[in-house]
Amino acid sequence: MQIFDIFLLEAVLNGLLFGGVLALLALGLNLIFGVIDVVWICYAELIMIGMYAVYYLHAVYGWPLWLAFPSCVVVVSLLGVALHQFVIRPVLAAEPINQLLVTGGVLFLLQGIATLAFGVEFKSLGVQLPPLQVGELFLSSSRLVAFVVALAGMIGMYLFLTRTYLGTAIRAISQDRTVMPLMGVNPHRIFLFTSALGGALAGLAACILVLQYDIHPAVGLSFGPVVFLVCVLGGLGNMIGGFVAAFIFAQFISVGGYFLHLEWGYVIAFLFFIAVMFWRPRGLFGGGS
Amino acid sequence: MGKLRWIGLGLLALLPLTGLGNYPLHLVILCLLWGFVYTGWAVMGRLGMVSLGHGAFLGIGAYTVVMGWNHFGLSPWLSTPIALVSTALVAFLVGYPCFRLKIVGHYFALVTLALSEVARMIIVALRDQTGGSLGVTPNTALADSSWSLVALQFSSKVVWFYIALGIWLVGLWIWTRVDRSMARIALEAISQEEDAAASIGISVTRLKLGVTMVSALMTCIGGVLYAQYQLYVNPETVSGIGISLQMVFGAIAGGMYLRLGPTVGAVFTLLLTEVLRLALGHDIHGLDTTVYGLLLILFIIFMPKGILGALIAMREGSRRTKPGPATA
Repeated sequence: MQIFDIFLLEAVLNGLLFGGVLALLALGLNLIFGVIDVVWICYAELIMIGMYAVYYLHAVYGWPLWLAFPSCVVVVSLLGVALHQFVIRPVLAAEPINQLLVTGGVLFLLQGIATLAFGVEFKSLGVQLPPLQVGELFLSSSRLVAFVVALAGMIGMYLFLTRTYLGTAIRAISQDRTVMPLMGVNPHRIFLFTSALGGALAGLAACILVLQYDIHPAVGLSFGPVVFLVCVLGGLGNMIGGFVAAFIFAQFISVGGYFLHLEWGYVIAFLFFIAVMFWRPRGLFGGGS
Repeated sequence: MGKLRWIGLGLLALLPLTGLGNYPLHLVILCLLWGFVYTGWAVMGRLGMVSLGHGAFLGIGAYTVVMGWNHFGLSPWLSTPIALVSTALVAFLVGYPCFRLKIVGHYFALVTLALSEVARMIIVALRDQTGGSLGVTPNTALADSSWSLVALQFSSKVVWFYIALGIWLVGLWIWTRVDRSMARIALEAISQEEDAAASIGISVTRLKLGVTMVSALMTCIGGVLYAQYQLYVNPETVSGIGISLQMVFGAIAGGMYLRLGPTVGAVFTLLLTEVLRLALGHDIHGLDTTVYGLLLILFIIFMPKGILGALIAMREGSRRTKPGPATA
C-alpha cells in the first residue's frame, strides 16, 4: 500500500482544475449578488443555454470555434440583461425572497424552452482534446484549458473592477446601495451593466463546460447547487471568499468522488459545509456576525 | 361564515358518495395531500423563513417507509416514527446553526436548497438499495386482499380520500394553532426585525427551531402518505430542487398568509399541470414546463399575495367599510 497513490494525485489535480471552473461560476453569481442584491437561482440554466449556443453554432451551423465562443458570451450576456430588465426589475422593490423565487420561475422556463427547442437527447460538441501525459499522470487537457481560461477570466474581471471607472462604480454600489444615487451614479444603468457582465461570465463558463459535459436541458443541475454552496461558504457577495471556497469544495468533490462515488463527493462537501456553518456562520471569510 | 365552513366540509366529506369517477377522485386526493404539504411549508414560510429544503423532508418520509417495508418488512406504522425522528434530526442539524447565527433570507434559501439537492443525491447514490433515479415500488401487500392495514396499502380510492381529508384537516388545525399562538406573533416580530425582537427577550433560535420542526414533520408525514398512496417513489418527485420550488410556488400562488391559501395553491398547480398535460399531450416535450415557468414568473410579479389573497383584497377593496383585520 503506497501512500502517494497515483490515482489519488490525479484526483487532487483534477480537483484543482475543477476548482478553477467553480471559482469562475461563483464569481458571476457573487458579482450579481454583491451589486444588485439578488440571487439568480437560474444561473446554471443560463450556462446551459450558452452551451447549446456553442453546440448549434459550431456543430450544426459550422461556425469555427473562435467565432462560436465569443458569440456564446454575447448571447448569454444579452440574456442576463433581458433577465434583469424583464424579470428582476419589476420585483426589485418587492420582498427579497420574491426576487429569488422569480428567478426560480426562470429556471423552469429556460429548462422548458430548451426541451422544446433542442429536445431531451444528450448532445456533445464532438471536440476532443488529446489527454496530457506527465510522467505516469494522465490529465484531461480540456480541463487544463478550462482552468486557464477561468483564471484568465477572473484576472480580467479583477483588473476591470479595480482599474476602471465603471468597475469602481460597481464596487461602490456593492458597498452602499442607498448612497450611490446621491453621488450621481444611475443605479439602473449599473444594474443592467452588471447583469450583462454576470451573463458574460456565465457565457464564458458555458464555453469551457461545453468541452467537458454533454449538453441536455437539465445539465445545469449538475453544477448549479454546488455553486450556491460555494458562494454561501465564501460569504455571498465576497468574491475572494468564493474563490477560495471553490477550491476547497472542488477537492472534497474530486477526492471524495475518487474514494467513493461521485455523488458521495457532493454529500461529503455538504456535510463539511454544515460543519463550517456551526463553526463560522458568515462563511469562511465573512468575519464576525 | 362559521356555518358555511361546516356545510362546505360536509359536502366535501360526502364527495365519494356522489359516484365520482376514479380519475376525479384521484385528483381530489392529490389536492388534499399536497394541500397538507404546502400548508406545512407555509407554517414556516409565512414567518419569513423561506425554505427550499422541504424536498429533503418529503424524501426522508417517502423513502424511509418504502425502504423499511421492502428491505426489512417493517410496517409503515413502525417506520414512520423512524422517519419522523430522522426528519427532526436533519431539521435540527441544518436549522440550528442557521438560526443561532442569523442566517436568513437569501443565505437560508440557498443553504436549504442545497439540503434538498443533497437528499436527492443520497437517494441516487444508494441506487443498489433505492433503485436510483428509476424510483422504487413498495412490495405489494394487495395480492390476495384489497387492503392491508399493516402495510398501509389500500386499493380503494375512497379509503385514501378519507385519509387525505383527515390529514388535511389536521394540517389546517396545526396551522390555526400556530397562527393563534404567542409564538406566531413573536416570530412575526422576528421576521420584521430580528435584533429588536431579541432585545425584548424573544428567544429567536428556540422559536424558529420549533416552527421549523412542526413544518418539517408535517412535510415528512406528507411524504409517507404520498408514497403509500402512489405506491411509487422517485428521487425527482419527492426530493431535489424541482419539488422544493414547487412547494414554495404552490404556497405563494395560493397565498401563504391565509389558512386555505396553500390548499388553493395545491389545487391550482395540480389543475394547471393536469390541464397542460391533457391539452398539450406528451408529444411536445417541455411545453408544460415552459408554460409552468412563465406562469410562476407572472404570478410573483403581478400577484405576490397569491390567488386567495388577491381575491380577498379585491373584495375588501370593493366593500370599503371598515378596515378589517389584516390578512397578511
